Amino acid sequence: MAEMDTSSGGGHKKGPGVKKAKKLSTRVDLTPMVDLGFLLITFFVFTTTMSQSTAMNMNEPKDDSTQVMKVKNSGAMTILLGKGDQVYYYFGQLEADRLSEQFKSTTFKQIREVIVTKKKGTKIDDLMYIIKSDKNSTFRNAIDILDEMSICNVPPGHYAEVDMTATEELLIQKTEEANGIK
Amino acid sequence: MPKVKIPRKSTTIDMTAMCDVAFLLLSFFILATKQKPPEVLAVTPPNSVSAKAAPEKSILITLTKEGKVFLMLGDETKKADILSNINAAKGLNLSAGELNKWNKAPFIGVPLGQIKSMLSKEVEIPANKLPGIPCDSSNNEMIDWMKSVTNVYAGTDQRQLQEMLLIKGDNAALYPAFKRIKEAFKKNEIFKFRIVTNGETVPVGSELYLNPPKAN
Repeated sequence: MAEMDTSSGGGHKKGPGVKKAKKLSTRVDLTPMVDLGFLLITFFVFTTTMSQSTAMNMNEPKDDSTQVMKVKNSGAMTILLGKGDQVYYYFGQLEADRLSEQFKSTTFKQIREVIVTKKKGTKIDDLMYIIKSDKNSTFRNAIDILDEMSICNVPPGHYAEVDMTATEELLIQKTEEANGIK
Repeated sequence: MPKVKIPRKSTTIDMTAMCDVAFLLLSFFILATKQKPPEVLAVTPPNSVSAKAAPEKSILITLTKEGKVFLMLGDETKKADILSNINAAKGLNLSAGELNKWNKAPFIGVPLGQIKSMLSKEVEIPANKLPGIPCDSSNNEMIDWMKSVTNVYAGTDQRQLQEMLLIKGDNAALYPAFKRIKEAFKKNEIFKFRIVTNGETVPVGSELYLNPPKAN
């Protein structure tokens, strides 16, 4: 078996002077080898499952200027993505005299709560999230916010990506300057 | 009464069998896992909760950190057709030999106008030195590429094409570049495509976690 042969050949029985060559066992302790084997297995199993890439479905609307979708003011929330992973949002429509009150700044960590609160407080038929990405926002931001929509179980068709207007761009620029975001 | 002597048994067991099993499993896993295709372009895709695995056979558009766009035509059966289609459509004047050589290139990363001169070069330019496919508002060659792709796949199962169209973008790539690619898709009446992401577990307590979508 896999133990070492420790019983030495009983040399003393044959009297002094007669030396018998020690019989060495050829068996090796395999425990460390088994350990190594399983360690490698666990390593490979973990690394292979980690690096699997997934695919996210995207459905783009048809650009059709004749079909304008009307969104209720009470159900709309506009999410704006800016520089440095910043998120801005406002509800309904921007009104010139209430800009600073309406336009809020947040981060990706906190936006989920805002989305969920809005979803809970609005009739599902009226609900609409309008996502606008700034030219300084990154690809990750765009995907993250779409991912946030699926995390919050916003049904497809209740969020859309729209181009940013000049007023919004200016607002973001001003907020960024005020907050010192580079 | 004779004394009964209980033989002392050794507690060590033979490890050979266990060792065999361990290495058998190890070799199985190593051989069974498919190696990732060598990535010439280093791109770290964003995370998403999507659980669908990305298909292997795909038309992959890679958007690098610098905003360069590369195209990989993974469907070998249609690759030659797409290349000859764009050759004819854009008048690239490539000979059959040149087309053949182009077909062997793993990805496309030069403007259409430079393809002929690139193919005549002996030394291959490393991927990070390539200019990428021009994809800005004035000159969006992705539109031409997507036109060729849709032409070649016309008449085949469109759902299959939708599953194959992938965009793999780097986290730090800027949004406008992504928008241009989407525009190129839209111009060719492609409205469904997929984004390559890294899988992520659904956050505990979120709406999706509490009400997971029904498997269909």
